Amino acid sequence: MTRRITRRLLLGAALAAPPLILGATGNLPSWKRIKQSYTATGERLSHAVYSRIGRSALAREYPPEEMSPEFRTNGATTGNTPAWLEARESGFANWTLQVDGLVHAPRRFSLADLQVLPLRSQITRHDCVEGWSAIGGWTGVPLSHVLEAVQLQADARYLVFWCSDVMRGFQYYESIDLIDAFHPQTILAYAMNRVPLPVGHGAPLRLRAERQLGYKQAKFVERIEAVASLSSVGFGNGGFWEDIAGYEWYAGI
Amino acid sequence: MTTSSDHTDPLPAGTIIYRHALSTRVWHWISVALALILLMSGLMIFNAHPRLYWGSYGANADPAWLEIYAQGNRGFLRLGERTLETTGVLGVSKGPFGPVNQIAFPSWATLPNYYDLSAARRWHLSTAWFFALGTIGFGIWSILNGHLRRDLAPRWSELKPRHLAKECGNHLRMRHPHSTDGSYNVLQKLAYLGVTAGLIPALILSGLTMSPWAVSVAPWLLDLFGGRQSGRSVHFIAAGLLVGFVALHLVMVVLAGPINHLRSMITGRFRIKAPRR
Repeated sequence: MTRRITRRLLLGAALAAPPLILGATGNLPSWKRIKQSYTATGERLSHAVYSRIGRSALAREYPPEEMSPEFRTNGATTGNTPAWLEARESGFANWTLQVDGLVHAPRRFSLADLQVLPLRSQITRHDCVEGWSAIGGWTGVPLSHVLEAVQLQADARYLVFWCSDVMRGFQYYESIDLIDAFHPQTILAYAMNRVPLPVGHGAPLRLRAERQLGYKQAKFVERIEAVASLSSVGFGNGGFWEDIAGYEWYAGI
Repeated sequence: MTTSSDHTDPLPAGTIIYRHALSTRVWHWISVALALILLMSGLMIFNAHPRLYWGSYGANADPAWLEIYAQGNRGFLRLGERTLETTGVLGVSKGPFGPVNQIAFPSWATLPNYYDLSAARRWHLSTAWFFALGTIGFGIWSILNGHLRRDLAPRWSELKPRHLAKECGNHLRMRHPHSTDGSYNVLQKLAYLGVTAGLIPALILSGLTMSPWAVSVAPWLLDLFGGRQSGRSVHFIAAGLLVGFVALHLVMVVLAGPINHLRSMITGRFRIKAPRR
């Protein structure tokens, strides 16, 4: 009986060949490597879709009556660097935000400087990575206005938000790309629910990037640095939780 | 399935027919694996905030309709006003690092088996892509190759109340009709169709409702489910219904002949049994 090459045989051979060849040459990837690349797929695909579809789509904004009666705090509930503690003593009168890195005109902004720029108020939903949501009102300056003032250099790709809270020995930081940086709802908020930003929510200034999860909403922001790559920032993963616990840098899902 | 007409003569007992197409068998087993990963990683994600709400918002100060919690070394499940002690399973259970682990779902049911939200999210949100794309692909293929029309869509005559009542009665009395031509009975059709065209799409859409990016692009998802926290609740309930379906499905397979049915979902070949009198 002659053996015929059937569809089944071809399919089986096609499936079996790669692992057999890799195994024979000793190049079989470890279980850890397979697991790592498998569990990285979701973020890669989600980010690819996000950067192509709905780049300027708006997060839902809510009427005041739909706000959470209580907006809980999470993560660090106070800044703790000497400079921040000192600034709080004076009601943040002498506090400044430093904007530098790959910008043409690095400068410092006082709260008063930020408050004379055009403002935006929005009542949005804050979604924590843990699963809970709270709806609150934020007022601040759209990040795009600040970026126009300092003029990004052509090779700037990300903005890094350095914070005045040190957790587990590391300065909290977060980063976003330029799609989110110039998104109309991305603001540097100095007020929440019509009062100056409370300490528990990041006084005197926090980021609101409304199409991402809570840990991206950096609190106690003291410096914004424009960079070309995230690989030399922190441990290279783009944020505090990304670095120390493996959370996704792209947190839109 | 090879036959489809309304009045097929029963095939003689012992006939081997080709019951399941390759695409059906491959997707069946892949989705078993993916659904298991999704379920177990989903339970770990739930463990990060084991409370469920209705509406747009919901956090610790807001009323939760479901809550799993620990008090000392005792675990509890609260559903509305009713509280049930669930020590050993929910709230407090044996963990990988000790006998008293305060966690909503126990270690044996979660991926990873210790508390790790970021790892669970990576498992869940990577697998969700394959599951969603596979579901869409299988759905389109089922329309194209006739699987939907031939095997799953109930005929009008089968949807008549009398026929449905008879089938339900037979099932309840454990007198499951043996398929004499490889086709599904109406309750099977409704169950498989309900899961693949109803429950799984509901899981995918309610899952997307939790994504701040997805609801910026498709804000109608928030309206469809009544807010993000309602979407989260629906996601959890739908996952529970899917677990219920799988349990029932396994019981049915065992009752109807596990070897024959398992084999038909692996090789495609199904042996016709003698019809029930």
